[in-house]
Amino acid sequence: MAIASDSRPLAAEVAYFLTRRARWSPLEIAFWLLALASIWLFPTKHLILTEICIWAMFALSLDLILGYAGIISLGHAAFFGLGAYSAGLIGKYGFIPEPVLALVVSGLIASVVGFATSFLVLRGSDLTRLMVTFGVALMLGEIANKFSNITGGADGLQGVEIGPVFGTFRFDLYGHTGYVYALSVLFLMFVIARRIVRSPFGLSLQAIKGNALRSSAVGIAVNWRLVAIYTLAAGYAGLAGAVLAQTQAFASLEMFSIERSADVLLILIIGGTGWLYGGLIGALIYRFLQDELSGLTARYWQFWIGLILVAIVLTGRDRIGRWLTPAAKLADDVAKLRSGRPQRARR
Amino acid sequence: MLTILFDGVAYGMLLFVLACGLSVTLGLMNFVNLAHGAFAMAGGYVTVVLVNRWGVPFGLGLPLAFLAGAALGAVFERTLYVHVYAKSHLDQVLFTIGLVFMSVATVDYVMGSSQQFVNIPAALQGQIDLGGVGIGRYRLMIIVLCGLLTVALQLILAKTRFGSRLRAAVDDQRVARGLGINVGAVFGLTFAFGSGLAALGGALGAEILGLDPIFPLKYLIYFLIVVTVGGTSSITGPFVASILLGVGDVAGKYYLPTLSAFVIYTIMIIMLLWRPQGLFSRATSR
Amino acid sequence: MPVVLETRGLDKHFGGIIAANQVSLSIEKGARHALIGPNGAGKTTIVNLLTGVLKPSGGQILLDGKDITYLEPHERVRLGIARTFQINQLFADLTPIETLGLAISERLGLGKDWWRIVGSKAAVTEEIIELLERFRLGDVMRERTGILPYGKQRLLEIALAIACKPRVLLLDEPAAGVPEDERHEILATVEALPKDVTVLLIEHDMDIIFSFADRISVLVNGALFVEGPPDEVARDPRVKAVYLGEAFDA
Repeated sequence: MAIASDSRPLAAEVAYFLTRRARWSPLEIAFWLLALASIWLFPTKHLILTEICIWAMFALSLDLILGYAGIISLGHAAFFGLGAYSAGLIGKYGFIPEPVLALVVSGLIASVVGFATSFLVLRGSDLTRLMVTFGVALMLGEIANKFSNITGGADGLQGVEIGPVFGTFRFDLYGHTGYVYALSVLFLMFVIARRIVRSPFGLSLQAIKGNALRSSAVGIAVNWRLVAIYTLAAGYAGLAGAVLAQTQAFASLEMFSIERSADVLLILIIGGTGWLYGGLIGALIYRFLQDELSGLTARYWQFWIGLILVAIVLTGRDRIGRWLTPAAKLADDVAKLRSGRPQRARR
Repeated sequence: MLTILFDGVAYGMLLFVLACGLSVTLGLMNFVNLAHGAFAMAGGYVTVVLVNRWGVPFGLGLPLAFLAGAALGAVFERTLYVHVYAKSHLDQVLFTIGLVFMSVATVDYVMGSSQQFVNIPAALQGQIDLGGVGIGRYRLMIIVLCGLLTVALQLILAKTRFGSRLRAAVDDQRVARGLGINVGAVFGLTFAFGSGLAALGGALGAEILGLDPIFPLKYLIYFLIVVTVGGTSSITGPFVASILLGVGDVAGKYYLPTLSAFVIYTIMIIMLLWRPQGLFSRATSR
Repeated sequence: MPVVLETRGLDKHFGGIIAANQVSLSIEKGARHALIGPNGAGKTTIVNLLTGVLKPSGGQILLDGKDITYLEPHERVRLGIARTFQINQLFADLTPIETLGLAISERLGLGKDWWRIVGSKAAVTEEIIELLERFRLGDVMRERTGILPYGKQRLLEIALAIACKPRVLLLDEPAAGVPEDERHEILATVEALPKDVTVLLIEHDMDIIFSFADRISVLVNGALFVEGPPDEVARDPRVKAVYLGEAFDA
């Protein structure tokens, strides 16, 4: 029974269906071009934009485990803080003067710890995973606190000096270098993550998230895949923390805190899980909200975060997703015009 | 050494009173209520206001704290929580974390961020001498009071009709409903009662655990440990877990002061890996 | 024919409940072996033990003479055992194309690739199409599995197991829940299975059993009760007694 439409043979049809999401849609290209242009469009906002980039990287790392593998973590900040302190200590004691190299090393340190702790999240229910991830973050925070002679303890890591990027571009006070740096790292991280989630490995993660039992029944070694993505996500979170430490030349204990873990969870939820852009969009919205609402009640910003979380859950996350469907449809229609093929709106 | 044991038991019993509501909530509705500590905090602050500012006697302040917690629990349960039962665990986590943040910020705004103390009556201050060992009066009171509460809870669970309905609903919700048990009402009452107990624990614990706006977050991990190690299908499980945790924490702080926090977290992680369903619950999968 | 799948004294207890009691099965290559029994007899437990979802309390499982008793489920799939589930276990958010592609990629060892784009291997695409056509899923291939009608989901459930190109296929009530008029499609696919694939079929529908099986094992209270060719089992008075109340017209 032939099911080809148009003039394409069935094989090409199926191949097209599978590969279409890997293609960069015009909306995506526009987004990144705008991001690039923002360097020149908003020269006075570079410090805030850097902050947004860092949150975006952090949320992207959480999306890898939450949106694509279904692991609920209440302690992802463990790796964020680890990356931050790694980069901070490397900078402070001059182990690796060049920041990009230091960044990579910090990310690797975070992923090694991620790998070691990944086995803890394989067992047990959602609640167990919640607790274990929470516990690991608490432990790392305690370690940073106790070894205060090295880490500065509650005062934070002082005296961090970051060398110029590639030996040439100094980190300036206005954050220009910092922003280009952060944006470049974000873009690179994003491109790699995008490739991974569109790969067979990425598809298997979605399968595991949807039905782990069936996944193992078709030959997928579920646990090893989860270990792999958890390690990657930890490394990504470490990169985000390292960029923060490098652009601010500072690291503090709150980077391990549950507040930070909860904030990144909120950011990802606002933007939506499972489509990679959720972390980026969420970071933009979060920072915007923070600016607006801090004006109202500077110190009690946490109240509004809580309220937004409660409101989002009560309204229903899929309902919010449905409100965004028109935007997704628009992207699809544009793609349709480009290639002259019927598309199916997918979220 | 005996003092450590004594302090640890007092601490543990306090933790039990604080956490047992959470345990029943989880067992009954499979609902992860991370905001449980907020009700405890509410009880603590209510007592502070009543006893310190309005001169209500301590002995009266405690049951009033319980009632305040129960009322708060009942209201929140019927208006907010009930909409979230059917949602995914992630949604429950987000929801309750949101509530915690709101409560922490609200209390910070209303009462300020410094630690508060309850004016405990003179009769409970200081120590009494029992066979050459100095026993703190307040802690002794806690052990006695919480011990009585535990016995009362066990009796309610085992001997009353409500108790049997509750146990049935925890065991198998669908079957319980099929038998005509109004699971929604059972849950509402249990949630209110558990919140009341938490509030009572918060009031009692102000002296020992400290009371400030970040209380719900600070002690969240302890409540979770009690619930996961103790399991959710009995009273004895969380009770033993609380005592172990209390003694372990106090002993840890005394003998290994630099490492005490690690000891707790490491034990917790090991425990979770070895027996994910808890030390005491039957091996039912959730 | 050589014995391809064998259990020796397989036991499974859940606390005090004995779900499997000294079950010893011997299935030959290419067999069409049916496992029947009253509800709660432990048939699905056997399948779960064979596939590694459950670990036995005692006994052995051998595939081509090799002990696989403690292998993980995915390792057994690699060795050639695949199964379907009594209640559809599918990926609600994936389309049939992706679902089948997933199994095929894994089988070809391409499932771990993290840099290649899904859909870029022609070998996989070819096989996807072949299965879509064989199971008549072409018209719904781009839909989310979660919204497909039950009959189509059931076909996908079987197609997914076939995608693993198993040597031994365990079918757990393939026609369960499928409306009468759609059953023939399920039957046709089961009948069209290659002759060298060994099939163990669990079913309640006696028409299917008798048209399909060349050997029947009867399981009662976790233990093997009677075993033999269909006509023998049908005539056995003990079997009829066990099925009291159930339609057993031979």
